[in-house]
Amino acid sequence: MTATLDAPTPAAATAAAALPAPPPAYRTPIVLAVLAVVTAVMALATPAGATNVRISTNTDLFQIPVFAVPGRATAWLLTVLVLAAAAYAFVLARGRRRIPVWVIVVAGVCALLALLVLISAGKTQVVPVTGLLAGTLFLATPLVFGALSGVVCERVGIVNIAIEGQLLAGAFAAAVVASMAGSAYVGLIAAPLAGVAVGALLAFFSIRYQVNQIIVGVVLNVLVVGLTSFLFSTVLRENPQLNSRTALPTLPIPLLSEIPLVGPVLFRQNLLVYLMYAIVIALQILIFRSRWGLRLRAVGEHPKAADTVGIDVNRTRWRNTLLGGAVAGLGGAFFTVASGLAFGKEMTAGRGFIALAAMILGRWSPTGAVAAAVVFGLSDQLRILMATLAVPVPSQFLLMLPYVVTILAVAGFAGKVRAPAAEGIPYVK
Amino acid sequence: MTTAPEPGGPGPEPSTAPAPVEPEGPTRSESFVHQVLSSSWLLTLGAILLAVILGAILVIVTDPDVQAAAVYFFARPGDLFAAAWDAASSAYVALFQGAVYDWTASDPARAIRPLTETLTIATPLILAGLSVGLAFRSGLFNIGGQGQVILGGIVAAWLGFQFQLPAVLHVLLAVLGAALGGALWAGIAGVLKARTGAHEVIVTIMLNNIAGYLVLWIVTTTLFASGTPGVSKAVHDTARLPALLPAPFRLHWGFVLAIVLAVGVWWLMERSTLGFRLRAVGANARAARTAGISVARMTIVAMAIAGALAGLAGASQVLGTEGMLTASVAGSIGFDAITVALLGRSRPLGTVLAGLLFGALSAGGRLMQTRTGTPLDLVLVLQSFIVLFIAAPPLVRTILRLPDPEKKPSRKRPARGDAPAEQAGAVA
Repeated sequence: MTATLDAPTPAAATAAAALPAPPPAYRTPIVLAVLAVVTAVMALATPAGATNVRISTNTDLFQIPVFAVPGRATAWLLTVLVLAAAAYAFVLARGRRRIPVWVIVVAGVCALLALLVLISAGKTQVVPVTGLLAGTLFLATPLVFGALSGVVCERVGIVNIAIEGQLLAGAFAAAVVASMAGSAYVGLIAAPLAGVAVGALLAFFSIRYQVNQIIVGVVLNVLVVGLTSFLFSTVLRENPQLNSRTALPTLPIPLLSEIPLVGPVLFRQNLLVYLMYAIVIALQILIFRSRWGLRLRAVGEHPKAADTVGIDVNRTRWRNTLLGGAVAGLGGAFFTVASGLAFGKEMTAGRGFIALAAMILGRWSPTGAVAAAVVFGLSDQLRILMATLAVPVPSQFLLMLPYVVTILAVAGFAGKVRAPAAEGIPYVK
Repeated sequence: MTTAPEPGGPGPEPSTAPAPVEPEGPTRSESFVHQVLSSSWLLTLGAILLAVILGAILVIVTDPDVQAAAVYFFARPGDLFAAAWDAASSAYVALFQGAVYDWTASDPARAIRPLTETLTIATPLILAGLSVGLAFRSGLFNIGGQGQVILGGIVAAWLGFQFQLPAVLHVLLAVLGAALGGALWAGIAGVLKARTGAHEVIVTIMLNNIAGYLVLWIVTTTLFASGTPGVSKAVHDTARLPALLPAPFRLHWGFVLAIVLAVGVWWLMERSTLGFRLRAVGANARAARTAGISVARMTIVAMAIAGALAGLAGASQVLGTEGMLTASVAGSIGFDAITVALLGRSRPLGTVLAGLLFGALSAGGRLMQTRTGTPLDLVLVLQSFIVLFIAAPPLVRTILRLPDPEKKPSRKRPARGDAPAEQAGAVA
């Protein structure tokens, strides 16, 4: 068992290649099997009766009437799907093949849907699937931005624990600047700048002074909480006009937003969500297919080699830490201008840490991070739904769910997921 | 430091364990003045000074009187400086009065009360700081203090109100139970790290959130709930940590426990075989494994001990300060403990002093908020600036023009063999 503790250095990897093939790693299949059991338990507990589902909104061009889904049958179908995912993972693990992320995502989504069926079957209330999914995407937005920031920073070798602080700084700057300018869009410009400021501090201490990056990140989170709360209690309290509610308007995209189900979910959002699509696609392509991305990854994996071929390691790290800060800062705008709320003390409430978990679950890739963030967003959305359906389960347990899932996932997938090799290590020529 | 630990046979001689020492070797031949100027104590003072200055700037810039005076700066510049001085000094004077000695108080008991408040608030910070520091030196980053404090608090409260036992026995049982609760909670992260390689930072962050919701739920259950929402039944008097001083003061035996445990942790880390192994794993896990030390076991042990210490911080809150379990039992102790341990350079003595400083800032901050209206959040800003400066000694030296103990124009990263222990320890 201790073998898994070995730091996955390039040297260890080559040494392992020379040895006989390692025993198959059954951790992921086991986690999925546990998930299947949980789903089966939920299916057993599902009351008789149907779930009323609505998948179109009132403003849709094509109206689909509310229809009923049989509760128990659906729950069992979902259980079979999770079981199938677990079985497929077993087969792959046996053949020592890599288990693709979508298997895990399918299993996770099916389990969550089974939970949805469990809580809504036999109830008269209608489950607004469109609203649920749109809400999921919306709640996932800051997590996606935070996780993308983490991807950029960690790929270049800088651990970014300060995502939480960057989100909070972005939320603060967006609210204040949007209030001053009287336009929510100006807030979208200020938010990334605030994130860059936090990123600059992270880079300054961890690159210039080689302070442990986790320490800097933790302290920067405290600093941003302290500064924004201090300014909130002083300047913003004396000048309430600096912290007014300015909301980004919803911008339905013509035609696309009329597609049933997909349209209202994906294309009836505000500018911040559209920016998120663009950044996710751009980063996914650029990190793995461009010169910039190659350099980024080289610096994060093997800085000495990168240096040898003429890449300025520390400059690359500086730039990309600032870029990561900007991305997370922009995500912070979600909490204020995108949600139409005024700034409040510590309003990010630990989302930055969830984003960090999403990044790890997403295996340091932008699309993976999005998938993980959406699962977190969905469980957040389910909690809100459960409150409206008056489910007799203490809400605290549902609130715990994403964290438990993260622990299971990190423990289950940790062996196969590898962080960039030079992450957290300062580079000195 | 311990690059090549002794083979982990029957206990390497503690004296041969190269105890981490302050980097005094190179400076020995130099002048006394240089030694003093480049000492880590002066560095710490410098970091605090810089943080206080930055905090003062923040107070001054956001002060409405100063802003009013700034409008007519060119007409009467003196007003601006007077207002600025007034804003900053009144805030810091109130901070001091709330933290150490309030000479404006009506009677001697009230005048001295701030100092005892400082010690009371410092108690859990020291305990949780020892927890973080011990984990650091064992190569683990325990961000989970928050969750471990909560679990310790839950167990302490349950043992405290559920059972009827004689006085001394009851408090002992409750305290030990709290330590066990924290140890088990942290042990989850330790076992997962040792068995699956799951990073303890992520796992402990998640465990913090889970514990946060757990305590919110548990105070509503029929077993724990009292008449007041969000507050559990009060623990029996037999389970309370006795007060050290009569009535108006809140200081209790938890403080003595914290000091005793600081000594205990010092002995464990510096003088015992287990501590040597923990430090060996923290300094270089691969070398430690080569030397026959089970890294997996040390990881679990380190997390369990760290969790026990943090759990005791919860016990100190529940059995000492509060007398009951509240949903906010942990406050921000778990996170403050990280900065306490960083400031104390993960050493027990340093942690005690850092805990006292942060306790003083916290106690003083409350009085500052009521007297001058300066928000308590200033304390967070001060704390984070202090730790940032402490973590980057060259920056403080540059700003304050202090000499470098290594006397090199650009500070190179110390070679592995002679790494100054203070950095290795803090960085873990």
